[in-house]
Amino acid sequence: MTMYKIAVIGERESVLGFRALGLDVRFAADGEQARQTLHRLAQEDYAVIYLTESFSAACEAEIAKYKDVAVPAIILIPGRGGSLGVAEAALQSAVERAVGADIS
Amino acid sequence: MAGKTINPTRMELTRLKGRLKTAVRGHKLLKDKRDEMMKQFLDVVRRNRELRRKVEEGLQRAGASLSLAAAVMGPEMLEQSLLCPKARVSLDVDFRNIMSVNVPEYAFHTEAQQGDLYPYGFAQTSGELDAALDDISAVFQDMLELAQVEKTMQLLAQEIEKTRRRVNALEYVVIPEAQRNIRYISMKLDENERGNTTRLMKVKDMVLQDAHRYST
Repeated sequence: MTMYKIAVIGERESVLGFRALGLDVRFAADGEQARQTLHRLAQEDYAVIYLTESFSAACEAEIAKYKDVAVPAIILIPGRGGSLGVAEAALQSAVERAVGADIS
Repeated sequence: MAGKTINPTRMELTRLKGRLKTAVRGHKLLKDKRDEMMKQFLDVVRRNRELRRKVEEGLQRAGASLSLAAAVMGPEMLEQSLLCPKARVSLDVDFRNIMSVNVPEYAFHTEAQQGDLYPYGFAQTSGELDAALDDISAVFQDMLELAQVEKTMQLLAQEIEKTRRRVNALEYVVIPEAQRNIRYISMKLDENERGNTTRLMKVKDMVLQDAHRYST
C-alpha cells in the first residue's frame, strides 16, 4: 500500500503551526501562487491537501477537478481571519447536487 | 410512434416485453440504491457540519495561541523554532465501499523521533508556543476526519446525482416508450387478425356462391 502525505497550503501565519506536526506546509502569498502549488501537489502522492479559505476562489478550477476523484481530497480550512463561509457554501452545493433541489 | 418506426411482429413484441421487464426491474433497483445512498449522504452531511464546526473552533483557538506565542517570542524566533519538525506524518489510505462508491478512509501515522512533538529546546521559547502546538495537534485528528467525511460527501453526491438521472430516464423515457410500443404492436397484430378473419369470411361467401349459387 502506498503511503500518502498530507500538505497544507495557506498564508504564512495561518499554517505555520502545522509544520510542527510534520505536515508538508507550503506558504502562498497570493491566489496565483496557491493555485500553482496546489496544481503541483495534487499530482504528487498527497492524499489530503488542506487549503485556507482565502485562496479558494483562485483555486476553484483545481478544486472542481479533484472533487470527483478519491485521491487527493482538497479540504478548505479557515485561515487566520476565521471562517469565511466558503466551506459551508461548498457543502450546500454538494447537498443541492445530490438532492436536485435546494432544501435548506 | 416516437421517432423511429417499429416492426409490428410477434418477435419484436416479445423482445420489447423482455426489455420492459428489465427496465422496470432496473428502475426499482436503482431507486432503492438512490434512497439508501440518500440516507447515508444525509448522515455524512450532518457529521460534516459537526466536524467543521469543531475544526473551525479548534483552529481559531490554535491561531490565537500561536499569535500569542509570536507576540511573546517575536515572529522570527517562532519561525526558527518550527523550522525543523521532529515528527513526520504519513497517511494510509484505505477504501470502503458504500453502495458501490469507493470512499477513502484515512489512518495516519506519526513518526515522532522522541516522545514529544516540540521541535525546539525550551530555553529560548515560551510556554505559549507549547500550548499552541498542543492546540494544533488536538485539532488535527478532527481535521483528518473532516477530510475523510468531506471527501465521502463529495463522492456520494456525485454518485447520487448519476443514479438520480438514471432513475428519471428509466421512469420517464425508457419505460413509457416501451409500454407505448408494446401497445402499438399488440393493437396492430389484433387489427391484422381481425382483417384476416373478415377476409376469410368474405372468401367463404364467394366460394359458397360459386359452388351452390347460394347466397346468405
